[in-house]
Amino acid sequence: MAEENIVCTFCGSVCDDGQFDTEKFKSKKLCKLGSSKFSKKERIKAPMIDGKEVSYEEAIEKAAEILVNAKKPLLYGWASTVNEAIRLGVILTEKVRGVYDQCASVCHAPGTLAVIEEGLPGGSLGAVKNRADVVIFWGSNPMEAHPRHGMRYSISAKGLLIKDRKQRKVIVVDVRPTKTAKLADEFVQIKPGYDYPIISALRAIISGNADAVPDEVGGVSKEKLVELAETMKNAKYGVIFYGLGVTQSRGRDRNIENAVKLIQLLNRHTRWIIWPMRGHYNVVGAGEVPAWEAGYQYAIDFSRGYPRFSPAEFSAVEVLKRRDCDAALIIASDPVAHFPRTAVKHLKSISVIQIDPFPNMTTLVANVVIPSAVAGLEAEGTAYRMDGIPLRVKKIVETNYWSDEQILEKLLEKVEELKR
Amino acid sequence: MHHALHIKNGIVIDPKNGVKAEKMDIFVKDGKIVEESEVKGEDVKVIDASNKLVVAGGVDMHAHIAGSKINTGRTMRPEEMRVVRNIANKFRAAVGRVLLTSPAIGYEYAKMGYTSSFEAAQPPIGALHTHEELDAIPMIDKAALPVFGNWHFVFKYVEAKDIEKLKTFIAWALERTKGFGVKVVNPGGVEAWMYGGNVKSLDDQVPSFNVTPREIITSLIKAVEELKLNHSVHIHCNRLGVPGNYETTIETIKLAGGFSNDARQVLHVTHVQFNAYAGDSWRTVSSGAEEIAKTVNSMDNVTIDMGQPIFGHATAMTGDAPFQFTLHRLTGARWSNKDSEVEGGAGIVPLVYLPKNPVHALQWAIGLELGLLIDSDKVVLTTDYPNGGPFTEYPYIMAMLMSKKMREGELEKVSPYVQKASNLPAIDTEKALEEVIHMTRSLPARILGLPQKGHLGVGADADIAIYNLNPLEIDTSNDFEKVYKAFKTAEYTIKSGRILVKNGELVDEHWGKTYWVDATGKVDMEAIKPDLEDYFKYYSVELQNYGVEERWLKKPERIVI
Ligand code: SF4
Ligand SMILES: [Zn+2]
Repeated sequence: MAEENIVCTFCGSVCDDGQFDTEKFKSKKLCKLGSSKFSKKERIKAPMIDGKEVSYEEAIEKAAEILVNAKKPLLYGWASTVNEAIRLGVILTEKVRGVYDQCASVCHAPGTLAVIEEGLPGGSLGAVKNRADVVIFWGSNPMEAHPRHGMRYSISAKGLLIKDRKQRKVIVVDVRPTKTAKLADEFVQIKPGYDYPIISALRAIISGNADAVPDEVGGVSKEKLVELAETMKNAKYGVIFYGLGVTQSRGRDRNIENAVKLIQLLNRHTRWIIWPMRGHYNVVGAGEVPAWEAGYQYAIDFSRGYPRFSPAEFSAVEVLKRRDCDAALIIASDPVAHFPRTAVKHLKSISVIQIDPFPNMTTLVANVVIPSAVAGLEAEGTAYRMDGIPLRVKKIVETNYWSDEQILEKLLEKVEELKR
Repeated sequence: MHHALHIKNGIVIDPKNGVKAEKMDIFVKDGKIVEESEVKGEDVKVIDASNKLVVAGGVDMHAHIAGSKINTGRTMRPEEMRVVRNIANKFRAAVGRVLLTSPAIGYEYAKMGYTSSFEAAQPPIGALHTHEELDAIPMIDKAALPVFGNWHFVFKYVEAKDIEKLKTFIAWALERTKGFGVKVVNPGGVEAWMYGGNVKSLDDQVPSFNVTPREIITSLIKAVEELKLNHSVHIHCNRLGVPGNYETTIETIKLAGGFSNDARQVLHVTHVQFNAYAGDSWRTVSSGAEEIAKTVNSMDNVTIDMGQPIFGHATAMTGDAPFQFTLHRLTGARWSNKDSEVEGGAGIVPLVYLPKNPVHALQWAIGLELGLLIDSDKVVLTTDYPNGGPFTEYPYIMAMLMSKKMREGELEKVSPYVQKASNLPAIDTEKALEEVIHMTRSLPARILGLPQKGHLGVGADADIAIYNLNPLEIDTSNDFEKVYKAFKTAEYTIKSGRILVKNGELVDEHWGKTYWVDATGKVDMEAIKPDLEDYFKYYSVELQNYGVEERWLKKPERIVI
């Protein structure tokens, strides 16, 4: 049977127009990344304690014991699961007085810091598709990371005012010619680490202080910058989509802050918005849910019984590097593969619980492994697209795996029992 | 657990049922208010309410408590989250200064004796997010008003003068968003913002649509009245926050003239304080409250709420995106914006109301003027949380409306500008306790069209607040501090027959209902199907994936029209 309008749970584009043939177990319309997720993949077979297969109940019981006996557990991951599971995770962290952190802390967190400094003048992807006549990808490369973003929302997408690709000018600003740059009308190559001064130069030109701009900034000629500034000012509705190229290069949150100031300035002339190209399909939910439950998006310490936010102290990497946690629950993520060595070293020395549909490097160090259903395929729930638009991901095939939500519900119940 | 209660010897004020401070017993069974005979033979818990005020639980008809706006506000303002209200124990950790976390919202309302709150601006495509947050608020009943005034479908049906299709679309939208009623925010103006502009009068044309704000408003009123929805059109007027806007507000109010409804108003104008400015610049600004009050008082089909500013921190968050940008330019504060598909937009800007700032003091005075000059049967007490400040200061407004002496004391602390720019100092009116109870309970319940809320008659929901205040003895003119203190924390808050708060402390947790209105039975849903299928090409999600199913909500309560 063919399922229509399935929602892809791979990247932050969260395309909701997929098709899935349940007999052939094959998706249609999704990109390579998406269709790989929606295919038969290697799975964790069964729950395990220290490598021995056990029942879900036994694994959850053991996980509850580890969390309750820990002085300060770290609960990390969350970007690739649904809001219902995340909410239980936040409540669980509060209950065991641990630290909640999510994948954003190692990628887009500087964007959140910039929101705190300057706000986020943005719009939905539908607004971009309908109105944007100038689209700038700054340090972001959707053709590799969000393959259908361009077609659905930003490059060739047709909308209310933009009826044709020719009516939209696409500009890529990056340190190297990316796949997206090949599709762009213009590519501005900059020297690595020069985002901040280039943005400052654009601000100077747009506010009438071009005199202050030297002949060349970060590898871009003044002439080119003036031209770019003119394009921006003359846009009817422009958008900057920024990526890790900006958040993870020199300047980090200051780069974004500066870019937001540029957008503030541009809105005095015409309409502009800015938005981060978020990676995992529900990394937005992993920040939004704790924001309403506990007031903050990430790096939240509950050890005093109430939430405290401090990225420099309570992000997972910092907590691990400081050896400030004595157990960890890792869900839908692979810190062993991606964290710095000192952080991984501490992770290897403490009790680790893993909840994930797929085996990864972290599975190898986990004491308790709890396999879960794949959200969007075997389990339903709510996810937020990169622009915060909520979509309900679907259950389209049956499974014996428990969903993240079921596992966490039971785990929370067990923890409450043990704490009583 | 007891499932019956006997509230004994309390002094009851119940304006809807004409009870003015009478010693009376109230009986509760299975979450409802019942006759005494109904609890005979039951395991009844008796609550001694001697010398205490017994009223219905408070109803907040306009607050921003859930969804992408308040949550972006939280993200943008971690400094707001450093006030710890509860350490995790039997109850959830709760934090927040003015912006509160979802658990804190529920707890703070309950502690104040409020038992229902309505999210006043739900971006339709974000409905699922709004409902997730509503479902994270404990203690109270709730609902959300989706925003219609800049939605392209509305423009198209108004342009075509097709009221039937407009009605069908409203029914479709309420069903899809699990919404309660029709909210309108700066009709046409937010669409103009997509091109960097705004509308400046009721007769400006909306860019690329052949419609005006006037036509949008009247068509929506007509459609809502023909559908007979519980709640009327609920409008945030054009030109909010602009000196001279009171004239537009009056013109808007008068648009209700041609309509009538036996049960309620046909137009509710919200947070009018922000739309009640005379003068032509911030230097010459003055109060337009008196003129607005005259207009509202002269009509029998319009109600308003105050939007009272409270001195201190606040966060402006509205669907009025162009206004939010103007505010950002004015104050230089952080600014978030969200243009939303073909539905409208929103913005968020932090702000602080300072008593010595002439404009802020004037805003404060105008809010109070409206509360005092308008009939108590037509004005509801709100702060437009968190735009005017915290809802936890409702007791301050209640006390102020009842005491000229309190107002005189407060007037001494604020900028002298209010002396010449507003009439507040000259107003002698002191509202009676019953009036203030009406403005916070029975009136908002009537305006929303919720017959089971806001009163203590048999059959009503057993949402009850008991305050340490004897209405037979209290001198509300002079003992305003006592009044303020009493309303700040309830002795008891009872929700659906369960005691949630005792002596101002939380004692039990409860998950309230989410009301939504289903009018799909009154229209032919097929009629707009081709339009939806066609126009959804301008969305970035599929029509089939748009909206919220009832089974995704924690405790949905469907009201069938
Ligand atoms: S672009 Fe992203 S969401 Fe869309 S199909 Fe590809 S992986 Fe899935
Ligand atoms: Zn409001």
